[in-house]
Amino acid sequence: MAASPARIASRRAANAVFVFFCCLFTVLALGALAAILWSLLSQGLAGLNLAVFTKSTPAPGSPGGLANAIVGSIMLGIFAMALALMVGVMAGTWLAEYAGASRYGSVVRFLNDVLLSAPSILIGLFVYELLVAPFGGFSGFAGAVALALIAAPVITRTTEDVLAIQPTTLRESAVALGTPLWSVIRKILWRSASGGILTGALLAFARISGETAPLLFTALNNQFFSLDMSKPIANLPVVIFQFALSAYDDWRRLAWAGALIVAASVLAVTIIARILSREPRRS
Amino acid sequence: MSGFAPEPIDTSVARMEADKVKLDVRDLDFFYGANQALKSVTIPFAANAVTALIGPSGCGKSTLLRALNRMYALYPGQRATGTIMLDGEDILGRGVNLPMLRARIGMVFQKPTPFPMSIHDNVAFGVRLYENLSKADMDARVEDSLRRAALWDEVKDQLSSSGLGLSGGQQQRLCVARCIAVRPEVLLLDEPTSALDPISSAKLEETVTQLKADYTIVIVTHNLGQAARLSNFTGFMYLGELVEFGETAGMFTKPATRRASDYITGRFG
Repeated sequence: MAASPARIASRRAANAVFVFFCCLFTVLALGALAAILWSLLSQGLAGLNLAVFTKSTPAPGSPGGLANAIVGSIMLGIFAMALALMVGVMAGTWLAEYAGASRYGSVVRFLNDVLLSAPSILIGLFVYELLVAPFGGFSGFAGAVALALIAAPVITRTTEDVLAIQPTTLRESAVALGTPLWSVIRKILWRSASGGILTGALLAFARISGETAPLLFTALNNQFFSLDMSKPIANLPVVIFQFALSAYDDWRRLAWAGALIVAASVLAVTIIARILSREPRRS
Repeated sequence: MSGFAPEPIDTSVARMEADKVKLDVRDLDFFYGANQALKSVTIPFAANAVTALIGPSGCGKSTLLRALNRMYALYPGQRATGTIMLDGEDILGRGVNLPMLRARIGMVFQKPTPFPMSIHDNVAFGVRLYENLSKADMDARVEDSLRRAALWDEVKDQLSSSGLGLSGGQQQRLCVARCIAVRPEVLLLDEPTSALDPISSAKLEETVTQLKADYTIVIVTHNLGQAARLSNFTGFMYLGELVEFGETAGMFTKPATRRASDYITGRFG
């Protein structure tokens, strides 16, 4: 039965209203993103110069840069990701390949999900109690551990998920050759799942590269250039936090430049990792 | 339930000479959890011959195949009872080293499953697990295996490119090459051509025919023509039981049981 012309017209009107609101809110969301990127680019680029990369954080009014914070952030990032990858890939592999539906497995899975959404300031306090207070001082290691605790659950979860979607036939055909399960995982499944595991690692890296709260309680900050992970170490998020809230224009310019560097490095790492992990295509 | 009266199992099982039997299955029951999928199956697999397992879907052919290399042991809910003697040793017994067993009993699956690595490394993968070959020896083994699988001429110039880049038929022959590179004694083929086009299927059949001289081959197939062309012996299974077993020529021309006769002539299944 055909609808009456009046009914079709009202449908058209409803559709138009719906499409209008969809477009409106899409534009609002994208507009906010564009505004953030625009202010980041315009303010950040204005603050960028060679000294940012070569000089350490200055006293107010004197010339300086972010070299100590950049290097500190890189070191924190490397240590944290190394720790988180070890724990996360192993835990995710255990959950996917060995835990099955066991009770212990589901408890671990549940706790991991809780950790996944734990407020990062709590993780900072936890590491403070564990690694800062007993050892009598803030340190880069404590900072790396705090960041690793935030990154590891993300990697655990994605590793489990991508291993679980590897085809049974791939697993079985490796087993059928006489491959011990551990070698099947190491040589076949990890390789086959590497793209997904890498995506998880990138998500985790993006998550921790802007984290400030856990570092306030652990790595703290250091006004001077330092490579000593057992001492407080400068890092971009905390420097941005302190400088952005300061009353000094030159500090605020450095904070913008630092924010741009954080955003650009996440983008760069993502792109590089994507290129490195490109799947072989069928000819 | 079937409307057929119970029939005696064909007795040619007993007629096969003991020294020709490579793999001897006796009174095999198989369970998926509480579900019994195989009921007291007794079947010998002759050395240097192809045995085809035929029967309608769900009759237990693949289950039987997966018991022969204990693939089911990957899954906690699955178990088998009875005996499966490989050269006089019960592979269902305790203390059997499963990776070693599976190196002796190779398996090719319905869908091609190349590993995410180069063609050369796909073939070398299983060999590296158990043998420490020099580069020259390994290259020779890879070439030999690819030749036996009738794939060498098509891939000899692209050994270092990914196995995932091959066509479906080539991938399946790569899986055969990967399997025989380990030099197993038994080859289990689980519907190896069902995902292939006719030309690739024909090539794979040719490969199986050539491999027969050196291996004990068990092939599960829905393609009766394929069973007739390739196999020396055929087992017909129905509802988890081996209904009839015998030489392929006899089974296809003069089946002893009504069910086998109906299945082969296309009246059911």
